[in-house]
Amino acid sequence: MKQYSMKLVTIVTESILEHHLEDDLDKLGIHGYTIVDARGKGSEGMRDDFWSNQGNIRIEIVCDEKTSDTVTEFLYKHYYSDYAMMLYVSDVSVLRGKKF
Amino acid sequence: MAIDPVVLFFILGLTAGLMRAEMRLPSAIYEFLSVILLIAIGLKGGIELSKQPFVDLLPDITAVLAMGFILPLLAFPILYYLGRFKKADAASIAGHYGSVSVGTYAVAASYLASLGIAYEAHMPLFLVVLEIPAIIVAIVLVRGISKKTKWGQLSHEIFLGKSIVLLIGGLAIGWIAGEESIKSISGMFFDPFKGVLALFLLEMGLIAASQVGALKRYGFFLLGFGIIFPIISSVVGIAAALFLELSIGGAVMLATLAASASYIAVPAAMRIALPESNPTLSLTASLGITFPFNIILGVPLYHQIATALY
Repeated sequence: MKQYSMKLVTIVTESILEHHLEDDLDKLGIHGYTIVDARGKGSEGMRDDFWSNQGNIRIEIVCDEKTSDTVTEFLYKHYYSDYAMMLYVSDVSVLRGKKF
Repeated sequence: MAIDPVVLFFILGLTAGLMRAEMRLPSAIYEFLSVILLIAIGLKGGIELSKQPFVDLLPDITAVLAMGFILPLLAFPILYYLGRFKKADAASIAGHYGSVSVGTYAVAASYLASLGIAYEAHMPLFLVVLEIPAIIVAIVLVRGISKKTKWGQLSHEIFLGKSIVLLIGGLAIGWIAGEESIKSISGMFFDPFKGVLALFLLEMGLIAASQVGALKRYGFFLLGFGIIFPIISSVVGIAAALFLELSIGGAVMLATLAASASYIAVPAAMRIALPESNPTLSLTASLGITFPFNIILGVPLYHQIATALY
């Protein structure tokens, strides 16, 4: 079956940003993403959902390379300096290229 | 005098957390408990509002509002000049201490109830009024009245935070429905209040214990501030109560409100409005130091100070 190459952008950040990021992604033309609650350890120390404000979320976006560049640049510019955020981009294959 | 069992639940949580016991309430349950507490407190205030004209309370509300602006302005110079915190950090911590904690309020209410001391039933209104001014002060201290601050987005964050919505919602429902018809739901909100508070405090103890690691990092100034500043604030609260000619119970409640520090509404607002401030710093102070202090020692202490000054 034919597969299409896409980018998977994974963002791990503070759950307090969830609604703000949803607005941002909408504005950047991203129509689909998946958000899950996350916990773990990083430079900000232990972060977990003890507290709904203090927990982390993980956002996954599948998109083309151009959109992936736009998103990463936007997030880097607006959130990296003041918020606990990290993201990574990986190559993935999907079955329905048009969907993204 | 017997210790209020709810305080013992807090100490249990604190001890279990410090010993790293495998215990935690599911976060959905914790949320549920806090929803019941917020609505119950709101309803009680609302019932009172339905008995007396709102206009009569306006002078009191204005005075309490003023207190909400004064407290963070008192805290800021101490943190900035004495504590040598960065400006944003000092302002954010000041914002936390100018605002209030519903958990602490509930403990004070439970403390007075167990002693049979009455207090002004419109006190929940003060709880709502005191949530907000400190947030505004903290932002203005750092940004000035800058056009860059997105006040629209921010007011959404502040006024539609869950604690404000549930408190005001409870007030409105109590006010509209009135005392008689509220009795039909008292089995959910009023009768189990202390049991709910006990479980809530068990979880709060665990959360407070989790702050200890961060506490070690930030040292003695924060520890001293987290204990001494609430005592100063409590005196401001008692002075306001004297000025408003509240009862002694009212003075203890207002002192507790003044002394308590926010750990839900303000951290959320600060994270959006002053993202460069360090959230661990202010949360460690309010949750790791001041909340336990107020629950275990503060409330009875404010009662003593109020008795001495009245």
